[in-house]
Amino acid sequence: MAENNAAGEKDSVTGRHTTGHEWDGLKELNTPLPKWWFWTFVATVVWGIGYAIAYPSVPWINTYFPGVLGYSQRNVVTAEVKALEAQRAGVMQKLKAVPLEEVKKDEALYVVAMTAGRVTFAENCRACHGAGGEGRPGYPALAGDAWIWGGKLADIQQSIVYGIRSAHPETRMSQMPKFGADGILKAEEIDQVSDYVMVFYRPGAPALPGAAKGETVYAENCAVCHGDKGEGKRELGAPALRSSVHLYGDTRAAVRAQIVNPKQGVMPAWNARLDEATIRAVTLYVHGLGGGE
Amino acid sequence: MSDAVMGAAMPAARPVSRAAVTYNMDVVRKFTIAAMFWAVVAFLVGVVIAAQLAFPIMNLGLEWTAFGRLRPVHTSAAIFAFGGSALFATSFYIVQRTCHARLFGGEALHNFIFWGYQFFIVMAALSYVMGFSQGQEYAEPEWHLDIFLTIIWVAYGVAFIGTLFLRQEPHIYVANWFFMAFIITVAVLHLGNNVALPASFFEAKSYSVYSGVQNALVQWWYGHNAVGFFLTAAFLGMMYYFIPKQAGRPVYSYRLSVVHFWSLIFMYIWAGPHHLHYTALPDWAQTLGMVFSIILWMPSWGGMINGLMTLSGAWDKLRTDPGLRFSVTAVGFYGMSTFEGPMMSIKEVNGLAHYTDWVVGHVHSGALGWVAFISFGAIYYLVPILWKRAGLYSNRLVAWHYWIATLGIVLYITSMWVAGIMQGLMWRAYDKLGFLQYSFAESVNAMHPYYVIRMLGGVMFLLGALMMVFNLIMTVRSASTAVQPARETAVAGA
Repeated sequence: MAENNAAGEKDSVTGRHTTGHEWDGLKELNTPLPKWWFWTFVATVVWGIGYAIAYPSVPWINTYFPGVLGYSQRNVVTAEVKALEAQRAGVMQKLKAVPLEEVKKDEALYVVAMTAGRVTFAENCRACHGAGGEGRPGYPALAGDAWIWGGKLADIQQSIVYGIRSAHPETRMSQMPKFGADGILKAEEIDQVSDYVMVFYRPGAPALPGAAKGETVYAENCAVCHGDKGEGKRELGAPALRSSVHLYGDTRAAVRAQIVNPKQGVMPAWNARLDEATIRAVTLYVHGLGGGE
Repeated sequence: MSDAVMGAAMPAARPVSRAAVTYNMDVVRKFTIAAMFWAVVAFLVGVVIAAQLAFPIMNLGLEWTAFGRLRPVHTSAAIFAFGGSALFATSFYIVQRTCHARLFGGEALHNFIFWGYQFFIVMAALSYVMGFSQGQEYAEPEWHLDIFLTIIWVAYGVAFIGTLFLRQEPHIYVANWFFMAFIITVAVLHLGNNVALPASFFEAKSYSVYSGVQNALVQWWYGHNAVGFFLTAAFLGMMYYFIPKQAGRPVYSYRLSVVHFWSLIFMYIWAGPHHLHYTALPDWAQTLGMVFSIILWMPSWGGMINGLMTLSGAWDKLRTDPGLRFSVTAVGFYGMSTFEGPMMSIKEVNGLAHYTDWVVGHVHSGALGWVAFISFGAIYYLVPILWKRAGLYSNRLVAWHYWIATLGIVLYITSMWVAGIMQGLMWRAYDKLGFLQYSFAESVNAMHPYYVIRMLGGVMFLLGALMMVFNLIMTVRSASTAVQPARETAVAGA
């Protein structure tokens, strides 16, 4: 790479010649390639060829060159997951074997369940139920005692495994009729029963004008699921109305909307995503959020 | 920096016989104004979305102002509106001056390119805000806008390459090679990635002909080469003209420019798969993406060497020419991000960096440090020439712009390095029992202070740009030095 083009004039600063071209007053020196630059470039090319021989690289019509090291990303991730599973295997086996009610008695095992349960909850449940299980409109609170389907360990576990109104055949299922949209009740009756439900919602507050007539409507249409005194029926998944925690809002308008055309929330069945021991861990964690029975 | 300074630093030019040429500087002035306008818009929207990440309430609860819609407004405004307008301005300036030829095609064509491109930008931004998007990064505009942009781009290619044919110089200057590679490759990328079937002729909705991982691969072939050819090759073209001009020195090495040009454009086009490490993309494609990215290191650095070494014998000018300071610092950031890029393409590094804010920091050390700074340097040089003014209104203000913007970049990229590495480590942390130590939401919480620092960095960068706009307006409002203000005339052999 010797300097061989002396067509241009000599530059006084560097002692190099220019190429002899000029554009708008701009010239170029005929400096050879910097050696370190050239050899680093060559080194990266050589390394690149070596790497392409070692690892899967060149494609062919239906296949590709797999590389001499036999590397496969799929195998690596499978091995890493297996190694993690092996690390957890002892405690997870134990967690599966011990009845849920007994776990708390084994302090070490309970720590494992809380550790696994905490991060599982944060990654999977928190987006809907809130960081501390406080719930949000449409998503039940888990930290209080306003359980729709029950707050015992077995109840919680069943909700997690099969979901609520999920695609799983064993899913928990409750369906409130569309009293307004399907014409079961007249608009007037819906107003009356809405006024009546507000008596449960705001005990002690002056009753709304339609409450008296609404009581009859309630008894004929609602009490069968929500209970005579609005106490709810967990075996049917009918929420308690005599409560300070309400799934779809605290206002009369929210109550009325729910009677006219009820929202039916869905929770997926988690057994497709989480393994049995992890579900048991998160069951214990949810139970421990403050509302477990 | 005038040509007289060039003459002092270099031996006298040989007399060459050329016909007198009247350049079209009107379109260059228009694109320069557009570049500064869009710079402020891009930086402002950037600050807004940075604030949204630090303080979600800034989304205002409205669909039009939500982060998801404003982010493409920011990226498109920065890359295509600001960067694009700066490239149109400088490429039209450079190709005319270095070919000693008037821009090919009539003024109608040039005006069509200018107004057509501005119209495209406004329509694209409006469409994002209204919720229309192809959902492909840097290729968000829907099919009808894609077709319109294709027409503008072909007109641009005709004007630029036509001028090369009209040239009165025996050779094509290196800056023009880079601009030509940029124009041709961006056309190929744009057409290749946007092949889509419209849902109906009257709807702004289409479906890509590629599906699944093929869609992803084509998208990142496009996306990474938008970086490679729009933000790297084209801005190298800018550098190859303005740094030698500002320094008054010949380009360090012609041979290096040849070798690094061809190796850069050959390597870059294969590097895209490194955006899809550890995904459904087949192993072989990931390997090739990584290998070509690493081989790309030296071809990229060839431009940095040529930029910095051109200053041999002229480093003292950094003290007196704050505009040159921008250009040289730009080359420094260019060198840093073209090292960081290949490093991040190494799978093991990528396993930590991917999906984190480290990537965002990397992009911004390139976009703010390289693209914006080299454009600022060029525009500070160009405005007095284009408007025939003795010099800038205030060099002191340029120096202030330089320091406030540099500090802004430092805050931006350091906070994103820390944030990104922290995210990467939190996401992969397992406790001693083998369970994840942190949930994703906890890593989001941990980002808050860094997002605030990043926002402050963005505010500083925006402030600097506003100082620049003020300085340039005052420059244009100062007295003209032109005898004939109508048109620039380069006399034969001058």
